[in-house]
Amino acid sequence: MSEQSLAIRKFSDLANPTRFLALSAIVWPWMAAATALFFAIGLYLCFSTVGDYQQGETVRIMYIHVPAAWLSMMCYSVMALSALGTLVWRHPLADVSAKMAAPIGACFTFIALITGSLWGKPMWGTWWVWDARLTSVFVLFLMYLGLIALNRAVDDPTRAARVSAILILVGFVNIPIIKFSVDWWNTLHQPASVIRLDGPTIDPEFLRPLVVMAIAFTLLFFTLHILAMRNEILRRRVATLRRLAARAAGHGAAAREETLR
Amino acid sequence: MNHATYVAAAYAAAFLTVAALILWVWLDGRARRRELAALEAAGIRRRSAGEAR
Repeated sequence: MSEQSLAIRKFSDLANPTRFLALSAIVWPWMAAATALFFAIGLYLCFSTVGDYQQGETVRIMYIHVPAAWLSMMCYSVMALSALGTLVWRHPLADVSAKMAAPIGACFTFIALITGSLWGKPMWGTWWVWDARLTSVFVLFLMYLGLIALNRAVDDPTRAARVSAILILVGFVNIPIIKFSVDWWNTLHQPASVIRLDGPTIDPEFLRPLVVMAIAFTLLFFTLHILAMRNEILRRRVATLRRLAARAAGHGAAAREETLR
Repeated sequence: MNHATYVAAAYAAAFLTVAALILWVWLDGRARRRELAALEAAGIRRRSAGEAR
C-alpha cells in the first residue's frame, strides 16, 4: 500500500463516528487535565506579575480578553475548515464539527466583548464605541448566533449542514477584516502588539502569562469541542434509533391490521 | 469603581461564561447517554451494535 493511500485510509478511519467516539474517549481526559494545569499556571501568573506603569491593575484583564478574542477567530477558522470538509470532501464528521463549534465560539466572542468593555471603561472612558475593531467582532458574535439559530431551525442535519457551510464560508471574509481593522481604519482599539511581522512589542513580563493563558484557552476550546462533537454524534444516533423504532412499530401495526382483516 | 473592581468583574464574567459552557456540554452528554441507554433497554439497537464501540 502506498504511503498516500495509507494516509487517506487513516483520515477516513477517523471519519467513522464509532472510531471517533473510541479515540476521543481516550484523548479527552488528558486534554481536560492539560487544560486545568495550564489554567492553574496561567491564573497564578496573571495575578503574580506586576501591574502596568500606566494601566495599573487593569492590565490583568488583557490575559483573558486577548486569548478569548484570538479563540473567537480561531473557532471560526475551525468552522470554515469544517465547512470545506462538508462541501468538498463530504467528511461525515465535518458538519458535526462545524455545528458544535458555533456555541463555543459564541461564548469566547462574548467573553472578548464583555472583558473588552470592562477594560475600555477605565482606560478609554467608555464601555463601547462603534469603531472598526469592536463592530467587526460584534458582527462575528451575531454570525455565531445566526448559525446556531439556523442549525436549530432546520430539522434534517445534512440539509442544515450544507446551508450553514455556505454561510460559514461567506462569513469568513469577516476574519481578516477583524484582524486588520486596526491597521485599515483609525480605531480607538490599539493595533496588534503580539502577532505582528516584526515580533511582539509587549514586555516579557506581560507576554508570559498571556501565552500561557492563550494555550489554556486553546486547550479548553479543543476539549469542549471534542466533547460537544461526541454529544452530537450520540444525538444523531438517538434520532436514527427512534426513526428505526417508529418504522418497526409502523410495520408491526400494519401486520396486525392484516391479521385482523 | 476602582480598577480592582473592573478586573474582578472581567474575571467573574469570563469564569461564569466558561462554567455555563462546561455545564451545557456535560448536561447535553448526560441526557444523550441516558436516551441511548433507555432505547437499548427497550431493545432498540443499531445494526452495527455488535461491533466494537
